[in-house]
This record gives sequence, structure tokens and C-alpha cells, in this order.
Amino acid sequence: MYGLPFWPARAGAYAGQWDKLFIGLLILAFLTAGLVIFLLILYAARYRHGSKADRSNRTRKSWRFEVSWTIASLLIFLILGAWGAHLFVRLYQPPANALQIFVVGKQWMWKAQHPGGQREINELHVPAGRDVRLVMASQDVIHSFFIPALRIKQDVVPGRYESLWFRADKPGRYHLFCAEYCGTDHARMGGWVTVMASRDFARWLSDQGGQPSLAAQGAALFRRYGCSGCHGQSGAVRAPRLEGLFGGPVPLSDGSVVIADDRYVRDSILLPKAQIAAGYQPIMPSFAGQIGEDDLAKLVAYIESLGPEKPRGQ
Amino acid sequence: MPCRRRPMAEQAPAFQYASLAQQDEASTLGMWTFLATEVLFFGALLAGYSAYRITHPALFAEAARHTRIVLGTANTAILLTSSAFMATAVEMTSAGRRRAAAVCLAFTAALGIGFMLVKGWEYSLEYGEHLVPGLNFDVGLHGGIAELFFLFYFFATGVHALHLTIGIAMVGGLALRSASADPPKAISVRMIGLYWHFVDVVWIFLFPLIYLVGRNQ
Amino acid sequence: MMHGAGTENYLNAETTLRSWLLTTDHKRIALLYFASITFFFFVGGVAAALIRLQLITPYGGLVGADTYNRLFTMHGIIMVWFFLIPSIPTTLGNFMLPMMIGARDLAFPRLNLLSWYLYIAGGLITLSALLLGGVDTGWTFYEPLSTAYANGYVVLAVLGIFIAGFSSVLTGLNFIVTVHKLRAPGLIWYRLPVFIWSTYATSLILVLATPVLAMTLLMLAAERLLHVGIFDPALGGDPLLFQHMFWFYSHPAVYIMILPSMGVISEIVPCFARKSLFGYKFVIWCSIAIAVIGFLVWGHHMFVSGQSLYASLVFSFLSYAVAVPSAIKVFNWIATMHKGWIRFDAPMLYAFGFIGLFTIGGLTGLFLAALAVDVHVTDTYFVVAHFHYIMVGGAVMGYFGGLHYWWPKITGRLYPEYWARFTAILTFFGFNLTFFPQFILGTLGMPRRYQVYPPEFQIWHVLSSAGASILAIGYALPIFYLGWSILKGARAPANPWRATGLEWLTRSPPPPHNFASAPEVVRGPYCYDEEGNALPQAAHG
Ligand code: HEA
Ligand code: HEA
Ligand code: HEC
Ligand code: CUA
Ligand SMILES: [Cu+2]
Repeated sequence: MYGLPFWPARAGAYAGQWDKLFIGLLILAFLTAGLVIFLLILYAARYRHGSKADRSNRTRKSWRFEVSWTIASLLIFLILGAWGAHLFVRLYQPPANALQIFVVGKQWMWKAQHPGGQREINELHVPAGRDVRLVMASQDVIHSFFIPALRIKQDVVPGRYESLWFRADKPGRYHLFCAEYCGTDHARMGGWVTVMASRDFARWLSDQGGQPSLAAQGAALFRRYGCSGCHGQSGAVRAPRLEGLFGGPVPLSDGSVVIADDRYVRDSILLPKAQIAAGYQPIMPSFAGQIGEDDLAKLVAYIESLGPEKPRGQ
Repeated sequence: MPCRRRPMAEQAPAFQYASLAQQDEASTLGMWTFLATEVLFFGALLAGYSAYRITHPALFAEAARHTRIVLGTANTAILLTSSAFMATAVEMTSAGRRRAAAVCLAFTAALGIGFMLVKGWEYSLEYGEHLVPGLNFDVGLHGGIAELFFLFYFFATGVHALHLTIGIAMVGGLALRSASADPPKAISVRMIGLYWHFVDVVWIFLFPLIYLVGRNQ
Repeated sequence: MMHGAGTENYLNAETTLRSWLLTTDHKRIALLYFASITFFFFVGGVAAALIRLQLITPYGGLVGADTYNRLFTMHGIIMVWFFLIPSIPTTLGNFMLPMMIGARDLAFPRLNLLSWYLYIAGGLITLSALLLGGVDTGWTFYEPLSTAYANGYVVLAVLGIFIAGFSSVLTGLNFIVTVHKLRAPGLIWYRLPVFIWSTYATSLILVLATPVLAMTLLMLAAERLLHVGIFDPALGGDPLLFQHMFWFYSHPAVYIMILPSMGVISEIVPCFARKSLFGYKFVIWCSIAIAVIGFLVWGHHMFVSGQSLYASLVFSFLSYAVAVPSAIKVFNWIATMHKGWIRFDAPMLYAFGFIGLFTIGGLTGLFLAALAVDVHVTDTYFVVAHFHYIMVGGAVMGYFGGLHYWWPKITGRLYPEYWARFTAILTFFGFNLTFFPQFILGTLGMPRRYQVYPPEFQIWHVLSSAGASILAIGYALPIFYLGWSILKGARAPANPWRATGLEWLTRSPPPPHNFASAPEVVRGPYCYDEEGNALPQAAHG
């Protein structure tokens, strides 16, 4: 029915590069394992007890051999390591202007929120040929977002944002798995990633009905949670204005400077005392336990939309 | 099997050893190996603590200011003195001066008990300030990161106190036996001494890490 | 009983139950361990059998999700802590270490007995947790699942592991002191058999890594019991810190599992190739190097966990560094066979199996250490296959090889050679059928710890389950023919394999204190002349 599957589907160029690396390793493994097994069989046959093979002139000095195979293995290993690392580093360099989608993992489903406010569960629709960056958070335990066809995976640890970027080229439906064991229905925490040609994707987005965008929903929440009371125009307390905050440097009271990315904004809301903006009193209350990951994502999207950087993906 | 149980006579080594000297060396090495284990045991705890301190330097310093530096310093002095007595007890035992050894051992154990009393008092004060995680920690008052600090504080000092209690029991036992007709072997005193010094050294690490972090600003 | 013509040996010296349960004889304690470890192996094996049954169909059906999760947790916990970690050190090591260094016992015989009781106590506590209602965290106990969400008997299971950890530490300590202080006259360090060296290296890890696990589990238990957050992000804690601490122990622990097996192989290969071990000094120092570098690579289990890029780069590099000594060993074993007089008795067949399967497992470890590759295959069946190749194909094969090698010495009986060879070969094929398909599954993206899966993966799972049933037969057979040998087997001479080590100088089974007087060691291990005749390490026993 399914034939004999040997190779995972390939949905993007990165997967192709990964396949090359993997094939390289496979060849090397077959060569070395082959050599080892070949020698085992050869010696076992030739030098079996009672055989008449010549056993004179045994090698006694061993260190030449030792040094050569040590160096040979080490060199091969270094090449492998460098190759693997080379591809890996790219996963840490998300391109600017990627389409940004918020993903929240919770026992046992994946929820995605598009910038336009469209939401889906255990499904992810993305356009082909376009860089996509997922900003991911977990509501409870560690999950792991895994798309085999793209050869990528990222654990989502509660309490922080993780990001994962990719570019899919080939339209189609691909497996989405949760790869980190997360309790009872870990095996059912998955679904499908649908890669669509960009015209189809645009149609799909508009078919989802007209919700307000993520940032607009965040603006509403900004008032509802009382943030605007301090951070707004007529704030009664002295709190920093958040316009222009996102993406720029923030001097902190301990003298260090951080970049205000999504992780920083999130931490500012949940653990405000951990990093105090220079020149302000640590009076902001912690919202840990009061704002769920879904709403956090909207708030972050809103604050991001206030930033100097044009909000990504619109 | 006559030689299966360790012979009681002082002179003869156990059957697996060729000489008493060899047996003593084995015991000493065994003790050092055990202490290496202990180093890693506490090391894991302190590594975790340090990792958090690096992530939350300011909040940890603030929380650390809730500890009682005076009591901590007093306890440091008490333990150091006890170690001096312990070292003297080892010397006295080797020199065959049993009475002096018994007295030194008694002082060692007594100082250990003194440490525990001070520590207990400190704990009760902290309880009064709602600083005990799991029992009555007041997150609203002190903050979540402070709770993390106090978790490590109680964990580290608690495990240390447990070690000290075992030490007090062993040293106390030695003191009683030194004064009795059946004095302990010099090697036993030496080994328990090693253990005692180790527990002391652990405190020497805990003290600055816990009490002194928050005081330099 | 086994009264051999009036000769007293450690088995017939005393025969009461009490004489076994209160024994301080390292050989008897080894047998106590042997019985308990075999028991746990079969408990873990039954869980494995149920796992494989469940996975025959993609939609589950045999057991529900919660039960399945408890099964693999139980399988992992039992196999790792109550079978494989103690396996070779506490049985073959306990028995052979004093004999191979010409000692009358371990340095601290009563401590040795205490270790066994701790092991049993820990084992029973953990087993009761697993049977009362189970634990559903996986053997890795990842936070915050294990403290705030899992609903099994986590604390009880952890307590058992904690206690068994003390057993490990005490055993390691005992071995270290024994090797340092109780070697026979003339037995300098460079004359020690490789098995002793690797047991020594293992002991170093046991002593230095286990306490870290103890502390980690203690913190986990405290967090779960007191509902406080040490690793809980809600309190500013960091779940990754738990992973760091866990793997700081658990990576070295994988070398606890493989080093003793490598030691066994280094005994078997020279003996059955009738030739001295090639590159003795390199082999022994590789054991030490593995033990030391093994402490620095734990982060390779966390490449996608969100640890920093630089940490990942360093850990990847170090993982390759630690693989080099393993490679050296493999090449040395092969070089030993060159121009030897190779015999194919059962221990040697297991050794062949070990070398081949360990190489495959190790090579796939190199895949995992290549960062980008790991991103795709981590937490898939590729990893499952990797570690079963090393742990089952490598370590367990080595254990069985050693068991067959020293069986005549331990029991004084010979087993039926043909059955043993047949079993070794059967196990080899069953093993490959079970675990090779899992590499393909992993590459396809089949995540581990899944009780249901997409139907296109089914074919490989079916093959794997078929292999597992062959493997089960391969593990069940020794019970019969080894059991038979105890009752009916021919009596073994002192040195049935014509090997060189000190353990072969005494009678089989050995007398209670091993040697009448300490042997005078005159040469290193594995000395064979050009015709393959053994030159024993000492003249008498
Ligand atoms: C006995 C146990 C054992 C041993 C010895 C090893 C040995 C190695 N392991 Fe393995 N490993 C495990 C048990 C073991 N492992 C377990 C249990 C897990 C999973 C835990 C879990 O998540 O549940 C794991 C997981 C694991 C991971 C994490 C995977 C993941 O979760 O994403 C990695 C990554 O680097 C890894 C790497 C290695 C490497 C590089 C070695 C090296 O030491 C191997 C060295 C050996 C060789 C290389 C073969 C012989 C060499 C030659 C024949 C030389 C010729 C070769 C060349 C020249 C190329 N292992
Ligand atoms: C250390 C040693 C060790 C050993 C020896 C084994 C042995 C085996 N393991 Fe195990 N395994 C682990 C360590 C080990 N495993 C670990 C650490 C995990 C990870 C757990 C986790 O994710 O938390 C794991 C996980 C694991 C999985 C993945 C589960 C999942 O992720 O969902 C699978 C699946 O096939 C598996 C299979 C097997 C099989 C078939 C054997 C076989 O070799 C066993 C063969 C033995 C027997 C079958 C018993 C003897 C025979 C009988 C009693 C006769 C009767 C039996 C029958 C009639 C069938 N193991
Ligand atoms: C009681 C007043 C108050 C409320 C309510 C409040 N804040 Fe703040 N906020 C502050 C103050 C004061 C600071 C600066 C000190 C600091 O960094 O903690 C701050 C800092 C921040 C920062 C970091 C800005 C920078 O320049 O580094 C962000 C982001 C932020 N708040 C977002 C929010 C959001 C979102 C909410 C509502 C969910 C909120 N705040 C509610 C007072 C408040
Ligand atoms: Cu979520 Cu597994
Ligand atoms: Cu590892």
C-alpha cells in the first residue's frame, strides 16, 4: 500500500542539502563498517586455527599503526563535525523579513496564529518559496516541533520563546510531529503542514474570514490587562513608552544593554523584575500566571507593531 | 570459615591484606575516594545554584541580604574551631594520649552541636519571615526568584546539616570509646577526622556563596 | 551439590541460605548479583516484548496510551539502572577482579555485601513503583513533565534509583581501592589485564558521576513533593538546567555500560586468537581517555533543546574527540587477530558480534554528533537504534561473551558448546532484524515514544517486532543450556581455554579464598608464543 519507504519526503532546498550530508555520512559509514567487517571475516578465515597461512614476521612495533589510525580517524571526524556544524549554524540565522507565525504548544496540540489573526490547530499553512519564522512557546511542558520533510525540529521549552525558520519550496502536505515526550497523548500531538503556492496561500488566508490582525487584538488586550494605564499617553506612573522599543537596544539599570526582541518583551511582562529598564523604578507587576501564551503572543505582536522596524510579514 | 569475619586482635590484618600497613592505606584511600564522591554531590548543587545566580544576579543578591550574616559568621568560626580540635584529637590519638584525645573529641562534637543550634535558630527566624519554600514562603512579599534562592539555601544548608549530624554522631562515639577501655584505632580517628574536615570545608564554600553575595553593593 | 572429589570450593564451603545472604565472599556476592540482574533483565525484556507487540499495528490496540508510556519508562529505567549499569561490574567484575589481580577478596568485603543489599532495596522500591501504578516520564525524567504533570509514582521510582546509586558508588569505591592496594607481588600497573583497567575506568565514572545524579534526583523529588519550583520556569527556574544535570551523569553512564564490555572483549580476543593483544598500552589508556573525555560531552543530548549555538558547537566537537579512543580500540582488536590462530568458541562468536555491532552503533553516534543531522533524527527511532546497537548489540553481547568465557571458572562446569554457538549466531541475526529497521524508521522521521504512528511506517515496525521475537529466543536459550550445565555439564579443568590470566591458575570453581598464597606475577597479560601456546602470568595459584 505504501511500498517500502526508505527516504523521507523533501519539501525544501535545505532538506536537499541535509540529504547530501546524510548521504556523505552513509557512504563513510558503509566504508568503515565494511572495512571492519571485511577484515574480521578475512582474518577469521585466513588465520583460523589449523590453517596453514603464513604467520611469520608478525608486527610487533605498534605505535606507527596506532598513530596513523588515530590521526586518520580524528581527521575524518573533524571533517564530519565541520560539515554538520556548517549546516546547523544556518538554522540560527533567520533571514530578515520572514513571515512570522506564532505557535503555541500545549498538551496535546499545536496552535498557530498568523499575523492576520488567522488561527489553526494541528495544521500549519505556509506559502511556498517564502521564508517563514515560527515564534514558539509552550503552555505547559516541553514539546518539540518537528517537520521531517524539512529536516528541522526545535524543542519548545516553557517559559521562553524559541524560534525556528524554514523555507518550503514544494507544495504538498507533510507530517507535523511532536518529538519531545510530553505525556499521555504525545503520539497524537501532531498533524499536517500544508505548503501552498503563494496565490493559493493568499486565498486560504482570506478564506479564514476577517478577524482583526494579531497586533490589533494585542492592542485591545493592552488596554484590557491595564498595561495602557502605565504605558499609555496619560500614564499616572512613570513607565517607559513602548513605541519604537522593538528591535532596538535597551539600556538596563545594571548597566548592560539588550536588544528588545520577542523574548525580551515576553520576559518583561512575566518577570519584570529580572531586567529593569534604566531610569525606571521596578514597580511593574508580574503578569506570570495571568496571561496565557496565546494572549502573550498577541501582546508581543502589538508591541512589535509599535516598533521602528516595519512589522514583519505584512 | 575462621577468617571470614574481621579478626578483633589489633595486630592481625583482615585476611585479604598482607599487612596492617596495607590495610590502613586501603582504608585511607577508601575515605578519600568517598570524599571525592561527596565533592561531586555538593558540586552539582553548587553548580545549579551558580547557574541561577548568573542568570539573576540582582535578584539573588537582594534575596541573599535576607540571610543572617552574623549567625553565619559565628557558625563559620564555630566549625573552624571544631576542626582545630579534631586535628588535635588525631595527633593525641597517634601519640597514645587517650585522655586528651577524648577531651578534644568531646569538644569537637560539642561545637558541632553548637553549630546545629545556631543553624536551627536561624531557620526559625527565617520561618518567622515567611522565607521557607514549601512551608510558608510568601512570594508576594519576596518574589519568585527569592524563593528560588531560598530553595537552594535550605537545600544546601540542610544537606550540609545532615552530614554534620552524622559527623557529630561518629565523633561523639569516638569520644566515648576513647575514654573507655576499648579505645578506637588510630586509623578510625584519622578517617573520621578527614570526614569532619570535609564537612567543614563544604561550609567554607557555602558561607561566601550564600551569605556574602548580596553584601558588596 | 557440587562436591568435587572432596575439594572445598566457594560453592560447597557452606550451603545454608544464611551463608549466602550474609556472605562476604566476592564470588558469592557476584552470584547474588547475577541472579538479581538476570531477574531484572527479564522484567525489562517483558516490557520490551509488550512494546514491540503494540507497535505491530499503527493504531495501537494492545494497550492504551498511558500504559504504553509506562511500559517504555519501565523498560528504560530497569534496563539502564538495574540491568546494564550493574551487569558486568557487579557480576563478572566482582567475581574476577580479585582473582585477576591475585587477591583473596575485595578491599572491603562487607561493603560489597552492603552494595548488594542497597541494589536490591533500590530495585524493589523502583519495581514496586512501576507495578503499583507505573511512572510515565520516560527514563529521562524531563522537567517540568516529571514534577508538575506526570501522574505516576515518580518519587518512589526516583528513590529506588537514588538508593541503587549508592550501591554503584560503593562498588566503584571498592574496586578502585582493591586495584590500587591489593595487587599480587609483581603485578605492576602495566601488567594488569585490560579488563581490570576498564573496570577501573568504569569505577572512576561510577564514583564521580553517580553523586551528580543523586543530587539531581533529590532536587526533582523535593520539587515534586513540596510543590516548589527548582527547575520550574514559572518561578524563574530553568528546565534546561535539569537536562544539563541529568546528562552530566547519563552520558558518562553510557560509558559505564560499554567500558566493561570492551574489557571483556579485550580478554576474549587475545585468548581465542592465541596471540598477545595488539597495542596494549594504547587500549588501556583509551579506557581512561574515554572515562575522562566522557565527562565533557553531555550537551550532545541537547542540540535542539534551545541551548546556545556555541555550546552545541563545542559539545559536537568533543563528541568526536571521545569517539577517537573507541576507534583505536576497534582497530587494535582487529590487528590482534592478524596472523593469529583463531578459534570460534562461543565467547569468540560473541566478541565478533560485539565488534561488528558496536562499530555500527558507534558510527551512527557520529551521525548524531553531526549537528545538522541530529536536528532531524534526534528523538526519533534513529536514536533508539543507535543506543540499542551499542547497548544491546555491544554491551549485552559483551556480557554474554564474558559469561560464557568465565562460566567454567564460575561454576566448574562446561556448557554444551554447540548450543552456545547456535545461540550466539541466532542472537546476532535476531538483533539486526530488530534494530536495523529502526534506523530507517528514524530517518523517515518516526518519533520515539509513540504508541500510534502513521501507517506508512508499519512495514519496518513489523520487521522489527519479528526480529524481537527471535532475539527473545536467543536470550531465553542460555537459561536452558547454562542451567543444564550446572546440573549435568562435564567438570571444567582449571584452565579450559588455555588462557594466561591469574584467574585460571586456581581450581574451577575456586576455593573460598581464591589462592593458597599470592601468586608471583612474572609477566604481562596475553603472552602467547609463535605457535599460540599460553605463557601464564604466574607459575602457581
Ligand atoms: C553504551 C552506551 C552508549 C555509547 C557507548 C554511546 C556512544 C556514542 N554516542 Fe550515544 N547514546 C546512548 C548510548 C551510548 N552512546 C543512549 C542511551 C542515547 C540516548 C539517550 C536517550 O535520549 O534516551 C545516546 C544518544 C546519543 C546522542 C544524542 C542523540 C539525540 O538524542 O539527539 C549522541 C549525539 O551526539 C550520541 C553520540 C554518541 C557518540 C559520538 C558515541 C561514541 O562514543 C561512539 C564511538 C564509536 C565509534 C565511532 C565506532 C568505532 C569506530 C571505528 C570503527 C573507527 C572508524 C570510524 C571512522 C574513521 C569514521 N549518542
Ligand atoms: C540498557 C539496555 C536496554 C536493553 C537490553 C534493551 C532491550 C530491548 N529494547 Fe530497549 N530501550 C532502552 C534500553 C534497553 N533496551 C532504553 C534506555 C530505552 C528508552 C526508554 C525511554 O524512551 O524512556 C529503550 C526503548 C526501547 C524502544 C522504544 C520505545 C519507544 O520509544 O516508544 C523499543 C522499541 O522497539 C525497545 C525495544 C527493545 C527490545 C526489543 C529489546 C530486546 O533486546 C529485549 C530482548 C529481551 C527479552 C525479550 C527478554 C528475554 C526473553 C524472554 C523473557 C522470553 C519471553 C519473551 C517473549 C515471548 C517475547 N526499547
Ligand atoms: C504599574 C505600572 C505598570 C503596568 C500595569 C505595566 N507596566 Fe510595563 N513597565 C512599567 C515600568 C515602570 C517599566 C520600566 C521598568 C522595568 O523595566 O521593569 C515597565 C517596562 C515594560 C517593558 C519593557 C520596556 C523597556 O523599555 O524596557 C515592557 C515591554 C512592558 N513594560 C510591557 C507591559 C505590558 C504588556 C503590560 C500589560 C500586560 C505592562 N507593561 C503593564 C510599569 C507598568
Ligand atoms: Cu508534545 Cu510530545
Ligand atoms: Cu551521550
